Amino acid sequence: MSGHSTYQPQSAFMRWMERRLPIAGLVYSSFVVYPTPRNLNYWWTFGGILAFMLAAQIVTGVVLAMHYTPHVDMAFNSVEQIMRDVNYGWLLRYLHANGASMFFLAAYIHMFRGMYYGSYKEPREVLWILGVILLLLMIMTGFMGYVLPWGQMSFWAATVITNLFSAIPLVGESIVTWLWGGYSVGNPTLNRFYSLHYLLPFVIVGVVVLHVWALHMVGQNNPTGIEPKTERDTVAFTPYATIKDGFFLVVFCILFAWFVFYIPNFLGHPDNYIPANPAVTPTHIVPEWYYLPFYAILRAIPNKLLGVMALGASIVILAFLPWLDTSKVRSARYRPLYRQFFWAFVIVCIGLGWLGSKPPEGNYVLFARIFTVYYFAYFLVILPVLGKVERTKPLPNSIADSVLLEGKPIGAPAPPPPLAKA
Amino acid sequence: MSAAEGTRRDFLYIATGAVATVGAAGVLWPLIAQMNPDASTIAAGAPIEVDLAPIADGQVIKVFWRGKPIYINHRTKKQIEEAQNVDVAKLPDPQPDSARVKPGHDQWQVLIGICTHLGCIPIAHQGPYDGYFCPCHGSVYDTSGRIRSGPAPANLALPPYEFLSDTKIRIG
Repeated sequence: MSGHSTYQPQSAFMRWMERRLPIAGLVYSSFVVYPTPRNLNYWWTFGGILAFMLAAQIVTGVVLAMHYTPHVDMAFNSVEQIMRDVNYGWLLRYLHANGASMFFLAAYIHMFRGMYYGSYKEPREVLWILGVILLLLMIMTGFMGYVLPWGQMSFWAATVITNLFSAIPLVGESIVTWLWGGYSVGNPTLNRFYSLHYLLPFVIVGVVVLHVWALHMVGQNNPTGIEPKTERDTVAFTPYATIKDGFFLVVFCILFAWFVFYIPNFLGHPDNYIPANPAVTPTHIVPEWYYLPFYAILRAIPNKLLGVMALGASIVILAFLPWLDTSKVRSARYRPLYRQFFWAFVIVCIGLGWLGSKPPEGNYVLFARIFTVYYFAYFLVILPVLGKVERTKPLPNSIADSVLLEGKPIGAPAPPPPLAKA
Repeated sequence: MSAAEGTRRDFLYIATGAVATVGAAGVLWPLIAQMNPDASTIAAGAPIEVDLAPIADGQVIKVFWRGKPIYINHRTKKQIEEAQNVDVAKLPDPQPDSARVKPGHDQWQVLIGICTHLGCIPIAHQGPYDGYFCPCHGSVYDTSGRIRSGPAPANLALPPYEFLSDTKIRIG
């Protein structure tokens, strides 16, 4: 992976450039000839989709920032002005808001892929942890972005989430005041959230660079979980992975466009079209769908401090996954028992999300608690034990074998021996 | 590889490239168009009506239209004569006074008060011609708003305007 690229500049100008700043060679070795496992399926396209969504959010965000005013008296109206007066403002706003949802959808799928195929295991631990950091940055960015329109949900989400820090003993209240810049959520809060919301995406870009660098150091995982052994196991990134990524990106964008053009407010909350009123809390206060599972976990614990700690732990525990899973086999394809627990985990996550949207009463609370127990048990009990007791299926010899020997062989079969002449 | 297969790949490349180009243009256009004035700015730039009756003989007022200062000068007889009795050919930016007023309304001078040099606002009733004088770099305009000396290259511009009646104009 290290050392000079094999890029051969064709023109005199490129030779001049390459000697001084070898960007073309870097792109060539990283994204053109880079050896990619030949058996990657479509679950591997979400990394590229995430990079695209990051760029899309930054572009639409910078453009929206040309028209938005971050002052409590003008923010809501400036967003309405974007929707009504700015040329294509409605499109830019809906792209950015629904883009955030698509960004999280792709991120969750990307993470579930990693969990299923063991992409967090040695030597990809740092890659995985960088991913957890990226998730945290995304969560922070999305939260602050949602506050900016200064609707009812914006204001009260800001109040509730900043108040979480008051659970910290001794210094909690001071931290909350420090976050607010005042005695309650107000103009100083809005202004600093705007500044940080503009900043964090570029921090995300930096961590993404580290993430891709860490990936290229060790190479992609693949559905068998076996590392490439020979050249037969890999293909050049371009055109194979490039086109596969590009194709599924288009499919993903069709879903994105479906939301933007036909149901742009489906994922949002109508109460955010009401200007913020510090005197009245909405009856059904909920975050956006991508925070609902964590919200359910927070509410499931009856103690304030423990609830906040559970919320934090539910994300931080992901970072320990490489060490909690004791199995020597990477991919769930060869771990039939693990596979069942994994799908149960997916259903638990979706269930927690649904429960997070419900009022915290009766059976909803009961099930939220049951699902929260499973969520943590999956990491702390199931995975450590499973690796030790599970019987795994036999692994193929190599990636090439898994592709070429399972099912029909590729290419024409050997011709039959010539018939004996009469 | 038969020739037919090669042609199909070429077709696919060209077709994909064409669709991608159209798609890229479709993505790029809103991003560029959003920087143009939005509907509220355009609405705020609608024509304004100004009542001339309160403006005394020899008085200059300043109104704003589309963010630009507009001088409305109720010229005295002396100023009108000085503006008309000029050898037009000798002016740095030749233009007769008649081209800078509406017919039958010689006493009303409506100008955009932005110096044609670098954009400062010239001061009215100043300078050797009792016209306009720009303090930034010393451009001198006469009672018709024409440049006489100094670095400005052109006469003060006229906004689009028309007389709705003898005492009312619409600018814009």
